[in-house]
Amino acid sequence: MFDNHSGLWPNIIAQYLPSILKGIVTTIEIALAVVVTGLALGLALAVVRSFQFKPLNALIVVFVDMFRALPPLVIVLLVYFGLPNVGLSIPSFAVLWLVLSLVLAAFAEEIFWAGILSVPKGQWEAARSTGLTFIRTLGYIVLPQAVRLTVPPLTNRTVAITKNTALGTVIGVPEILNQATTAQSFSANATPLMMGALAYIILFIPVVALGRFLETRFAWRRS
Amino acid sequence: MDALIHQFFNLDIMARALPLVLAGLRQTVLLCLIVIPLGLVGGLIFALASLSSSRTVRWGMVAAIDFFRAVPPLVLLIFVYSGLPFAGIRLSPLAAVALAFFLNTSSYYGEIYRAGIESVGRGQWDAARSTGLSALNTLGYVVLPQAIRNVLPDLVSNTVEVVKLTSIASVVALPELLYSADMARSITFNASPIVLAAAIYLVMLWPVVRLISRMERRIAS
Repeated sequence: MFDNHSGLWPNIIAQYLPSILKGIVTTIEIALAVVVTGLALGLALAVVRSFQFKPLNALIVVFVDMFRALPPLVIVLLVYFGLPNVGLSIPSFAVLWLVLSLVLAAFAEEIFWAGILSVPKGQWEAARSTGLTFIRTLGYIVLPQAVRLTVPPLTNRTVAITKNTALGTVIGVPEILNQATTAQSFSANATPLMMGALAYIILFIPVVALGRFLETRFAWRRS
Repeated sequence: MDALIHQFFNLDIMARALPLVLAGLRQTVLLCLIVIPLGLVGGLIFALASLSSSRTVRWGMVAAIDFFRAVPPLVLLIFVYSGLPFAGIRLSPLAAVALAFFLNTSSYYGEIYRAGIESVGRGQWDAARSTGLSALNTLGYVVLPQAIRNVLPDLVSNTVEVVKLTSIASVVALPELLYSADMARSITFNASPIVLAAAIYLVMLWPVVRLISRMERRIAS
């Protein structure tokens, strides 16, 4: 069905497998970098917010809201095409990493913060009354409970945002989709695109399934 | 600092780009009016199928939903738009966007509806059926109203994601908000039109994002 004059499936698969594999490596590298920096920054912001320093909290809320309301592709294009004109030249993979990290941080902060709020006030008071400092209470009592609650929504959100690494193709990051569309236009054949889609499925189905598992586990515990 | 303002907040260029960007906004709104109802209805169908009493249907649907949640929407869109022609199916940008969005957003909405339906106790269903309501009436009058109320923040939040997602239609040259703004950018060599588009997205979505935060907090407490 997807065959045409330019070649048979096995030849095309063999010819473009190396570049698709290269794309997979790039996608994994950027995705991991985004997950690490995004979640770390999100957690840091949620912790800063728990100090209840009003002006700082207002800034965090503005940052979080902006990055939740703007389409990631808009921010990617803005950073990629805007910054060189003011003398800041950032390579395209770094733009993608930076933007997706900020987007993930915004969503993660909101989820971590909801988790911190969900820990009953009595836990804070009890911990503080035993003589633990604010930071120790946060670190030893509140965060361990808060983070547990945030695991299922955080997993789903993290998957949804790391999938956005595909947006990198628009600014020429050589990730899976970029390699696949390049190969498609060279070979005039849809097989590389199928390979690219398959690569995403192999990469992300396990994480999606993990998210589903975590969700049902938590739903079961609640009832 | 002057360079920054000239490059990102150039009012003169924004004013020149405004008609083009507004035409794009019209397309974005139109696109949302097509893909959001499609996703809401498709999601309900996906959810009902994934709760079917037939194990084959149930597992098939769960597999399909996970499949479409694992593939990035942009990959799905490019596959539909430039992959399907190789199989003899050539779709216009709008039809390609509608199809790709239907598959993607129905999967996400479907999972939300399913969680909502599961949150309504089994007893409700049994009680309604025992009063003589048909299965369809039970679903429509008893289960869904409660289910939707329980997951309303998630439904709204996913709708925000769908509106944001329409920006990827620019990749298949559908002249929506981002596409028009990016065209203005490439003509003027200035990023201000994209800032203008970003401002429009913010005006549209910021209030909704605030609302979601509020709804989530109310339900949590």
